[in-house]
Amino acid sequence: MLVWYGELTTQRNLARRGLGYLGPGILWLLVFLVLPGLVLILVSFITRGGYGQLVWDFTFENYKRFLGFSVFGWTADYFIIMWRSVWVACMSTLICVILSYPLAFFICSRPEKKRYLWLTLIIVPFWTNMVIRTYAWLLILAPDMPLAQLASFLKLIPPDTPLYPSAFAVYMGMVSIFLPFVTLPLYSSVERLDWSLVEAAQDLYASRVRVFTQAILPQTLPGLTVGIILVFVPTMGMFVVPNLLGGSKYMLVGNLIQQQFGPSRDWPFGAAISMALMVLTMISLQLYRRRSKEVEII
Amino acid sequence: MAAASLSRVSEPNRDNRDGPLAEADSLRGLAVKNIDKRFGTVQAVKNVSLDVHAGEFFTLLGPSGCGKTTLLRMVAGLELPDNGQVLLGDEDITSLPASKRLVNTVFQSYALFPHLSIFENVAFGLRSRKISQNEVKSRVNRRLEMLGLEEMADRYPHQLSGGQQQRVALARALVNEPKVLLLDEPMSALDARLRSQVQVELRRLQRKLGQTFILVTHDQAEALVVSDRIAVMNEGEIIQHGSPKEVYEQPKNRFVAEFLGAANLIEGQYVNGRLETGIGSFDLQQPPPWDHGTVAIRPERIQVANQPPQQNGVKATLREAIYRGTNVDLWLEPGPLRVRTAAYHNYEPGEEIWLELPQEGLVILDE
Repeated sequence: MLVWYGELTTQRNLARRGLGYLGPGILWLLVFLVLPGLVLILVSFITRGGYGQLVWDFTFENYKRFLGFSVFGWTADYFIIMWRSVWVACMSTLICVILSYPLAFFICSRPEKKRYLWLTLIIVPFWTNMVIRTYAWLLILAPDMPLAQLASFLKLIPPDTPLYPSAFAVYMGMVSIFLPFVTLPLYSSVERLDWSLVEAAQDLYASRVRVFTQAILPQTLPGLTVGIILVFVPTMGMFVVPNLLGGSKYMLVGNLIQQQFGPSRDWPFGAAISMALMVLTMISLQLYRRRSKEVEII
Repeated sequence: MAAASLSRVSEPNRDNRDGPLAEADSLRGLAVKNIDKRFGTVQAVKNVSLDVHAGEFFTLLGPSGCGKTTLLRMVAGLELPDNGQVLLGDEDITSLPASKRLVNTVFQSYALFPHLSIFENVAFGLRSRKISQNEVKSRVNRRLEMLGLEEMADRYPHQLSGGQQQRVALARALVNEPKVLLLDEPMSALDARLRSQVQVELRRLQRKLGQTFILVTHDQAEALVVSDRIAVMNEGEIIQHGSPKEVYEQPKNRFVAEFLGAANLIEGQYVNGRLETGIGSFDLQQPPPWDHGTVAIRPERIQVANQPPQQNGVKATLREAIYRGTNVDLWLEPGPLRVRTAAYHNYEPGEEIWLELPQEGLVILDE
């Protein structure tokens, strides 16, 4: 017998009730995350039939192919796509972070009532579907729009060409979609910032860089970490943006996977790439975790 | 200019070392001239001027919201005055950023860096100035030792008690050998017992180092214990300044008299060389500058007598006696008069006693 929040009960009773609360969530994760994950792992080790059907022959062929080995010898194609995906995800995340810091401080410096207006403005784009927003970029980057006109005026592109497909267009799309995911958690960290630490750093002769790294960064690291994970993980697997704005020349791993499950009907290979993406994302996050711990200690 | 002031930062003692000019500089300490500061519609500091001598323990005392912290922050460089000047020695530092001033602050919340060890917290200012690793080590260790923190060097702020954190904040500021050390209510987070102990330690430390300290506090007892001089502030203005003895014993007006300890304020008319009041007529040491005004007398200056005293006597009825161990506080009618007297006598409410308000205890206030 024990007392739990003023109620007399037993350990067993509590365990049963806890299971009652947790059960639905666990069931959800089991059915929609763990089970499909297991299926994905399984599928990645079997063979594609001649018509795209699944043939239950165990093989490492899909992984070998992903590493670049094929009947025609070794190619670096998939490595390049993988590397490009990591690079685009890192750069998009970095751009979001660089833009978010001033934005978060700006919003925090507004009077309390106006802050909510600014926060709402940042969330407004979420009210529209991501695909529609990406199509909107096609329009904005079209040849007769000011941006493309400016670019052709500066001789960056030939006249009467759109600004897509290009790396630039992909970054524009990625950053515009994911910026709020960094700004909002960062804002909540900045809002709670202990300014006396900033003043203490200034009082102790710190340069601007030192004030940032020693007084602001450690305090905003929790929000920054959430933001980085929220942006890095989805940009790694993103396919709408590179598909529409990057074209076939700027393929990312998201498109590659989509291609296998879609037009190519090669589910086992798609599953193998998905597994590789998952592993790569986890490694990246682990690296970030270690790095951010270092920052905390510096 | 930045380079010049940085080189001064790295050799904090150079100015005091040689030459007659440098000597004058070291004597001059810190001066504040006609400082104004306004926040929106609130005039936080009104035309304040101050002279803090080098090597002095100076205290800004006042109720919360009186502008004392704002004044301190302008000296620290964390706030820019609307008008006026801040002079450190001969140098006008009014618009010099905090990071370039030879002034360090102990913050009210201590503001220790939570992600840095105690050693690194104390080393922070030296590292900002890119001082060599060996010198950092020896200077930090010396300060930690001086403040009894050598065991704590590898710990983190959250692992320390409030009193220890306060000493770290002190070490972190002092290690830079600032020309002026600013202390913003550094003892407000300590419990009463520890506070009175730290006050004495702080005073000893300041005497030992001979450095200029400026303390901001709302605690009058603290101000009396630690200071060489006190400036009493109210509503953005300095009302009175002087030694603790001066401001306590010769308060200028009602505010100072009441803010520093307890005071009996007696209003009256000055007629024919005597002060005529509702509780009696009194001789004063000198004629007041007014016909109608107030005098103040501290409760401990009033004498209790068995028979009518020869001068300035008042017959009073005891309403309440509060036993305080070291003394007894008596509340009497007429008045109410507050008297603080030794505790060896048993007083009973309703008792009639004679009081003597000696001339030298009656302070003539400004109005």
